[in-house]
Amino acid sequence: MLNTLLPILLFAALGLAVLGALRRVAMWRRGRASKVDLIGGLFAMPKRYMVDLHHVVARDKYIANTHVATAGGFVLAAVLAILVHGFGLQNRILGYALLFASVLMFVGAVFVALRRRNPPARLSKGPWMRLPKSLMAFSVSFFLVTLPVAGILPADFGGWLLAAVLGLGVLWGVSEMFFGMTWGGPMKHAFAGALHLAWHRRAERFGGGRSTGLKPLDLNDPKAPLGVEKPKDFTWNQLLGFDACVQCGKCEAACPAFAAGQPLNPKKLIQDMVVGLAGGTDAKFAGSPYPGKPIGEHGGNPHQPIVNGLVDAETLWSCTTCRACVEECPMMIEHVDAIVDMRRHLTLEKGATPNKGAEVLENLIATDNPGGFAPGGRMNWAADLNLSLLSEKKTTDVLFWVGDGAFDMRNQRTLRAFVKVLKAAKVDFAVLGLEERDSGDVARRLGDEATFQTLARRNIQTLAKYSFKRIVTCDPHSFHVLKNEYGAFDGNYVVQHHSTYMAEIIGAGALNLGQHKGSSVTYHDPCYLGRYNGEYEAPREVLRALGIEIKEMQRSGFRSRCCGGGGGAPITDIPGKQRIPDMRMEDIRETGAELVAVGCPQCTAMLEGVVEPRPLIKDIAELVADALLEDATPGKPSAPAKREPAEVH
Amino acid sequence: MSTNVISLVSIGAHPTSGRPRRAEQDARAVELGLQLAGDKLQVLHAGDIAEPALRAYLGMGLAQLHVLEQPQGADALPALTEYLRGAGVQVVLTGSQAETGEGSGMLPFLLAENLGWPLVVGLAQVESIDGGVALVLQALPRGQRRRLKVRLPFLATVDNAAPKPRQSAYGPARRGVLQADDVEVVDDELLAVAILQPAKPRPKRLKVIKAKSGADRMKAATAKASGGGGQVLKGLSPEAGAEAILKLLIEEGVVR
Repeated sequence: MLNTLLPILLFAALGLAVLGALRRVAMWRRGRASKVDLIGGLFAMPKRYMVDLHHVVARDKYIANTHVATAGGFVLAAVLAILVHGFGLQNRILGYALLFASVLMFVGAVFVALRRRNPPARLSKGPWMRLPKSLMAFSVSFFLVTLPVAGILPADFGGWLLAAVLGLGVLWGVSEMFFGMTWGGPMKHAFAGALHLAWHRRAERFGGGRSTGLKPLDLNDPKAPLGVEKPKDFTWNQLLGFDACVQCGKCEAACPAFAAGQPLNPKKLIQDMVVGLAGGTDAKFAGSPYPGKPIGEHGGNPHQPIVNGLVDAETLWSCTTCRACVEECPMMIEHVDAIVDMRRHLTLEKGATPNKGAEVLENLIATDNPGGFAPGGRMNWAADLNLSLLSEKKTTDVLFWVGDGAFDMRNQRTLRAFVKVLKAAKVDFAVLGLEERDSGDVARRLGDEATFQTLARRNIQTLAKYSFKRIVTCDPHSFHVLKNEYGAFDGNYVVQHHSTYMAEIIGAGALNLGQHKGSSVTYHDPCYLGRYNGEYEAPREVLRALGIEIKEMQRSGFRSRCCGGGGGAPITDIPGKQRIPDMRMEDIRETGAELVAVGCPQCTAMLEGVVEPRPLIKDIAELVADALLEDATPGKPSAPAKREPAEVH
Repeated sequence: MSTNVISLVSIGAHPTSGRPRRAEQDARAVELGLQLAGDKLQVLHAGDIAEPALRAYLGMGLAQLHVLEQPQGADALPALTEYLRGAGVQVVLTGSQAETGEGSGMLPFLLAENLGWPLVVGLAQVESIDGGVALVLQALPRGQRRRLKVRLPFLATVDNAAPKPRQSAYGPARRGVLQADDVEVVDDELLAVAILQPAKPRPKRLKVIKAKSGADRMKAATAKASGGGGQVLKGLSPEAGAEAILKLLIEEGVVR
């Protein structure tokens, strides 16, 4: 009896799965066009899955091994089951192989069940709690119905009752695993995930690459939408990406805004986008809500505006664009892109940048700096330093990009320290002086692509007038924008963060450094240097060169927690239960360090905003400048203290 | 019945960089106009249609902006007067003083005089418009408000007491239409012979603090100079009045 029932069940489920897949594909195709290598992507997909995705998943060994067993067992079992039970290839060897596959899958399913016994808060419950049972039903049923094929049990073993029970088990198993995969069950992640990997909008991320620059809007085409208003304004592969989410909540656990009680949860945001692309409400969402916003009050569909239907604006403005969610996401979903896309619509179309946003953008337009300071004061910090201007010099080795920190008294100390280091190393460097403008970072993260592009084009125009070997800056935000986002406007430069550059000149022996004195030190990785640009090592190298043994924080390197200063978050200032910099300071205090080394003017400002008593905050450039041994030729043992003659310029 | 409102706008200049922008007070006039008339608000500028800063007003969500095309140095007054006379408008809103050009702050007064309309200075809020009469709040120093009843049509200037202008967005700014109206150009003869010189900040009134205690100093620092010490002179001869003024100036150390 099972011999007739099983093929019917299998092929019916497969047929429904195909229908579901077509329906799902139609949903994704509501999105806008996107340039993707369709065929090449499909061919590259297995490698992206086995290598790149596994690389992220393997940070959690438990679930990585569990997933290998479950998914590997399932794929093998499914193919074999279709052969053996679907097409009736009752071959003994195939039978044994299927037995092995289902055992493998069962073992995996047991570990899934164990993880789900007392699940961490980040995991979604609801249908996901059913998944381990479904996995077991599938694997156990197919194990038992395959026993006769392998010749271990007689074909008619167990009679009608067992056959009926097994039939039900298979029905449950194939419903969840085949049919549920394309009709929106938990297994959807496998189907959408595989295609998402194939047609990812940042294919450069695979194979160890990095792609973090935001994609430009086409402002020359008056018909192109300015950002995303409705779910259908996303590109189709962004919609597909949302659908790939497994709701593991790694993003939620890493998100600084969520931890601070601001109304953002990256996982919920992605799920809301899924609701948007399919239509409905968020009532079925079985994970943590946006802090302070109950579930079940929001809904939408592909043709309805997202903001104030599906998602509240303050959710979008809570994001610091720190990319911790993207870094953690085992499905390589691009949360930050989606958030900025929606912010673009709010700023460019609605004029609804909250709090100080409008003022900052107006300042950027009128004064080229977010503070609205008189542009003529840009070089006041260096009035006594006699820096060479590129407008006079025309050509230089190092172009020192000062950044808007030039207007901030705290950051001026960093800048002056770095100039001291450059001078000590006898570097041939120059600044743009009054010709420099804001890099456009804040404007872009606040969604004002138009102002960003104006600033970028003007800066690129200025830079094109001069010749220099590289740009060095103390600001990771300028660094990121110059390095990764000006390329789209034909501005391609060698750009370095000052920590990278200092590591280089220290390595070359150009600096005569003493040792850092006194306090124990920890290091805070800026998001835009670390996660955005992969520079974790250089700043640590510089600190080690000063004889510092870094007391690492638990969340450091690619897991570093944001200071709260990115993405215009201090400007839009969405209230939460606590402040992000306070949480980061808690991380710093845990190490027992008395001083925290930073490499970013934003981080400096945010961390120094934490009330005393707290560890001191110093930029790496300041630490290096403090440790400089004056007036001794590098390489030689430090000569008896000779007073450096006062510089007269 | 919706009100027929026109907001007059000029080209502003950013206080620190001097670059053209939407003028702060004029933007408030547009904001107030939008709150009063919504989509029906008309916005009028007399000057150069090619000035990009005009688009910043469109970015506040206006579908169009009328420009009475004039070269620099032309007198805006006759063109505006003529336009407003024929516009069938009930309320005309404008900033108190332009940020560029002459910036004398005289335009609203001259315009009201030419039109023969009442002028409200420092409009903060329009409470109601009913049966040809508007009930408005006028802003007075230090947060005080005066409720006024004005007959329509009237002209009003707004200053920083009026609602904050909404953000100017790129999309509407790009889509909005600048509509040129040809007008007769009248040269501003007064401006042509005038000599312009950079403005100097007005000298501040001296505030001599003679406080003995901390509380007194606090009071002196927080309280504004109030009119308590003044005196009202009535029925004096011009000479006696001048003498009293001179005496005060000597006391204050302004005249030595």
